[in-house]
Amino acid sequence: MIGRAWWIPWLWLAPTLALLGVFLVYPSVDTVRRSFLDERSREFVGFDNYQTIIDNPNSLAADTHAALLNNMLWLTVFTAVCVGLGLIMAVMTARVRYEAAAKAAIFVPMAISFVAVAVIWRFMYEVDPDVGTVNAIFSELGKDPVAWLNNTQSPQRPFVDLPPADSPAPFQVNNFALIAVGVWNWTGFTLVILSAGLKSIPDDVMEAARVDGAGEWQIFRRIILPIMSPTIVVVTTTLVIQTLKTFDLVFVMTNGRFKTDVVATLFYKEAFVFRDFGVGAALAVVLLLFVVPIMVLTIRRFQFQEEIR
Amino acid sequence: MAEVTYEHVTKRFAEDAPLAVDDFDLKVADQEFLVLVGPSGCGKSTTLRLLAGLEEITEGNIYIEDRLVNDVQAKDRDIAMVFQSYALYPHMSVFDNMAFGLTLRKIPKDEIRQRVNEAAEILGIAELLKRKPRALSGGQRQRVALGRAIVRKPSVFLFDEPLSNLDAKLRVQTRAEIIKLHQSLGTTFVYVTHDQTEAMTMATRIVVMDRGRIQQVGSPQELYERPQNMFVAGFIGSPAMNFFDVVVEGDGDDLQLRAVEGFAVPVPPEKRAELATYKRRKVVMGIRPENIHDNDFQPPNIRASLVDAQVDVTEMMGNEVNVYLLVGGHAFLARVDSRTTARPGQNIRAAFDIDRLHLFDPDTEQMIGLPAEVRASAPPAESS
Ligand SMILES: Nc1ncnc2c1ncn2[C@@H]1O[C@H](COP(=O)(O)OP(=O)(O)OP(=O)(O)O)[C@@H](O)[C@H]1O
Ligand SMILES: [Mg+2]
Repeated sequence: MIGRAWWIPWLWLAPTLALLGVFLVYPSVDTVRRSFLDERSREFVGFDNYQTIIDNPNSLAADTHAALLNNMLWLTVFTAVCVGLGLIMAVMTARVRYEAAAKAAIFVPMAISFVAVAVIWRFMYEVDPDVGTVNAIFSELGKDPVAWLNNTQSPQRPFVDLPPADSPAPFQVNNFALIAVGVWNWTGFTLVILSAGLKSIPDDVMEAARVDGAGEWQIFRRIILPIMSPTIVVVTTTLVIQTLKTFDLVFVMTNGRFKTDVVATLFYKEAFVFRDFGVGAALAVVLLLFVVPIMVLTIRRFQFQEEIR
Repeated sequence: MAEVTYEHVTKRFAEDAPLAVDDFDLKVADQEFLVLVGPSGCGKSTTLRLLAGLEEITEGNIYIEDRLVNDVQAKDRDIAMVFQSYALYPHMSVFDNMAFGLTLRKIPKDEIRQRVNEAAEILGIAELLKRKPRALSGGQRQRVALGRAIVRKPSVFLFDEPLSNLDAKLRVQTRAEIIKLHQSLGTTFVYVTHDQTEAMTMATRIVVMDRGRIQQVGSPQELYERPQNMFVAGFIGSPAMNFFDVVVEGDGDDLQLRAVEGFAVPVPPEKRAELATYKRRKVVMGIRPENIHDNDFQPPNIRASLVDAQVDVTEMMGNEVNVYLLVGGHAFLARVDSRTTARPGQNIRAAFDIDRLHLFDPDTEQMIGLPAEVRASAPPAESS
């Protein structure tokens, strides 16, 4: 850096900073501002909008608390299952001869838009076994068809006999059915990235571990997982952001009915259907408040990983 | 401490592929330092990896001590292996790298620490224990890889070209350290290299391989003095042996080898019987560069036969001079006394030490006079 003006790095950063400023910083700040204003963004109302979210009155577009809980369910279950499945499949496909074909098949859904995926799966989940593939399989197995997208009972309900009763949010059949579609759509992504990460581990490192006395599970846990953890962090971060933005799938498949709303659909309804920008913006800020710690944690961890490399 | 037995072991990677290891049959004695040597692709690594349990045996059996290990997993074979690339665990510190195998065996923490420190002390890497492999030089990584093997106290040590990524000086130094290690540990070592110098200096016994087959097994000296076929003759020794096509001429005391280039060399009396069936036939005569001298600086007490040759190129090596010679258009190499006056373009008188001639059958490429039972167990390399 000797003999270089201090502003040169900033010059290179300028386009990115400008784009970030216009499309990220400004909307974020403006959203925060609007969350303290009334529904038409005219008068300052303090924390009223947040109070409304906490009070959760019936006048809102949907149950805010349920939506937040649903989002948490998406965040944990969707992310964990996608990463877990992706990892298992990455390890397994690396051992079969038709690896490329297997990976391609799992990746295909990624190429379909969420809206199209939603439409496809509405058919898959159709109650009539003659239309819905899932229920066709269920009736083959001698079980009663399930209204997958309407059913608000506990998730084990389709598989074991239980007295019919509503389950406390967010543990409902339909939420899990929606998440399953998301998993179907996104596992290909995690598989491809994780599989590339797995390939970057030299064979002889694993062979050395084998000779050192490690079984397959120990190799996975003590060699593969730690070496791949930066990749896993990247994938997880991507998925977490994805879940917090979950909108199109729910919007098309249930439109939030039967208590399947997530924060993004609720926020959309508040702001653009009920035209209450104040509460809408407050919801967005709440979402942001959830995202920030997760982001900070993952970035910290990522930096830590970089350091130990 | 263990004995290793390969019983007619064969490895084929694919149906239509040639055999990577072909009928490898050998007993490695306890505490032996066995070196597998051969050109690239001859199956050395595969032979080693079969013993490590990293490849599956196609046919045959491998025993470690008395245990048949064909179906025993690598992790249960009680062996340690040093890889060419070192294969250190990149996410672990040097200490953890070395401790890994012990941790898996649930050895108490105190003992692990003691063993690792001890090994680190021996290898001079005690101050590196907290570092990650990334922060080590090639030579240091190599030591960690050695240390990781030592702490395990395995019954067999395997090495796959562990020195080939080191610079020349470090290689010589580490070579000596591995020899010392072998002496102090008293464990069976199986060591793979493509470098015949490494093999000659380290081994108690060498296996020369070519195209998946054992060409000859013997002590470094045996292989140097009595190579059983042209492949071994050409492979062992540096610089490599010179070969001449010669015809066996004459009779009785007058038996001589007439080279196609014109010169003739008398057959020493001990070799006459062996050549009985080769009268007026072609044979291949091999002579090592170090057994061809400048006539003016002939060592005492050798039986020399003189050959006039033209000097093509000379290479000063310090203690000796490599002289590339031409006779009748055939190039060969002599390693002569450094006082030689040979200069390119001049003619010199080369003295062939006829007691150091090696004679081979041109068809089988086997040494002439090899006992029949030895010949049967070491088939010739097919010439291609
Ligand atoms: N995994 C494999 N799949 C198919 N063929 C293989 C495999 N590993 C080795 N081979 C083949 O087996 C033969 C012997 O290979 P090997 O690695 O044992 O040679 P090497 O003697 O160790 O050579 P180098 O000195 O180059 O390491 C080669 O022809 C090689 O192409
Ligand atoms: Mg090799």
